[in-house]
Amino acid sequence: MRPGSVAIVGASETNELGEIKDKSEIQLHAEAAINAMRETGLKPSDIDGIATAGTTPSIIAHYLGIKPGWADGTMVGGCSFLLHVRHAAAAIAEGMCSTVLITHGQSGRSNIAQGGFVGGGRASLQAQFESPYGIVGPTTMFTLPVLRFLKETGTTIEQLANVAVVQREWASRNPRAKLQELTSVEEVLSDRMIAYPFTRAMCCLVTDGGGALILTSAERAQDFPTRPVYLLGTGESVEMQMISQMYDKTRSTAFRISGKKAFDEAGISHDDADHLMIYDAFAHLPLYGLEDLGFCGRGEAGAFIEERHTAPGGSLPTNTNGGGLSYTHSGMYGMFALQESVRQMRGTAPAQVEGAKISVCHGVGGMFYAAGTIIMSNERP
Amino acid sequence: MPDRSKVSVPIPTPETAHYWEGTREGELRLQRCRACDDFYFPPRPFCPVCLSDDIEVVAASGKAKLFSYVINHRPHPAFDGPYSIAIVELDEGPHLMANIVNVAQTPEALILDMPLEVVFEQLTDEISLPQFQPAGGEA
Repeated sequence: MRPGSVAIVGASETNELGEIKDKSEIQLHAEAAINAMRETGLKPSDIDGIATAGTTPSIIAHYLGIKPGWADGTMVGGCSFLLHVRHAAAAIAEGMCSTVLITHGQSGRSNIAQGGFVGGGRASLQAQFESPYGIVGPTTMFTLPVLRFLKETGTTIEQLANVAVVQREWASRNPRAKLQELTSVEEVLSDRMIAYPFTRAMCCLVTDGGGALILTSAERAQDFPTRPVYLLGTGESVEMQMISQMYDKTRSTAFRISGKKAFDEAGISHDDADHLMIYDAFAHLPLYGLEDLGFCGRGEAGAFIEERHTAPGGSLPTNTNGGGLSYTHSGMYGMFALQESVRQMRGTAPAQVEGAKISVCHGVGGMFYAAGTIIMSNERP
Repeated sequence: MPDRSKVSVPIPTPETAHYWEGTREGELRLQRCRACDDFYFPPRPFCPVCLSDDIEVVAASGKAKLFSYVINHRPHPAFDGPYSIAIVELDEGPHLMANIVNVAQTPEALILDMPLEVVFEQLTDEISLPQFQPAGGEA
């Protein structure tokens, strides 16, 4: 993809987030998709590409009456939608399709007809070499490398807790955020212990919700009522399934590959970024993200956040919707990170960063399994 | 009391059978590439670096150090109260998941880089699970 040749023209979330008792998962996909089609004035017959995760493209295409000539069912966890954006950009640039709809919906809290991860059964490598040790989902897997990270980088537990504190500041400016009350390092550390060293306040929310994006060529983007947001660079990677086999527990190999690809393609430097989203399923993700994407040197991310660079008024506003820790987290949050990047580029975010022109959106999948990075701008290069 | 019958019991595959035969006999068996002279994990019948199938199965020393861990506070029927889930670094290089046993399940007792040794917990007639305890026996 040539930087600026493909644009996001539709970006919408479900009407509500949090606890949605009257809609099943497929309807959350549909509601977000319909919102995105309405704001762009598109009908199902105008959509010729479909991508989704947690379900299949066929289920969503048929439910919405879409008959596509391009489909992507890439499922690598919560950053799947960032990979869909990357794949869709390539497909549009290649002329394989013209208008792609990407949907997310998840009944993560209410569990009404929820899909989810595909496991390998009891004979999978993870089932043989990790499950017997009592892993119980993300709280005991995603968190496992952190004590090593703290030790090797000199980052403190207070700096880890502070990630949640600063993001709550952003959430306090966002009426749609689930948690809006300001908090403190002491409060975060004294919250209920989930998996030492992680307290509840250092773990993401569990909610219902969805979001959808519509992409098309930059030329066609001018025909829509919405302000186009142009793609500058994209990256992706996958690493492993078993957290015990992560190549380097203190750096994400997938983050580094994905981030470098996106920055190389965009041809921008880190100083050019006005806004940053780093998928925060747990409080350590922004620390890894800042370092592995190259915004901070080794071991500097904790102090960088402490010095308020990522906070309101800082030089690199980060996770400005409140993040997975305070805004919402349906299970596969990557779609919501993308939505906030688009809002910031459209100038419509509740906690708008004045004058922001370039946003970097970085997602993680599974428990460090995968990564996707999308760099976007409201100016066409 | 923890109900260890609630442990998710591994089902060996053709590629991992030697590992579980080893643990049943009280040995931690690793694969090593003869060309690279490196150990790797999890088991597979080829070297993930050079793809050679000239590999050997070697009994590991059973010595390791505590690389990283969490202490899970949410209930699990196979465990009694908060329990450690750890990554250990074997002296031979590979990383394994394990519970750190025969020691208090507290941050004060579980110190990164502390030396560990393997012990085997029999789950069924077929499957024994490698676990790690502080080197030199119970702490």
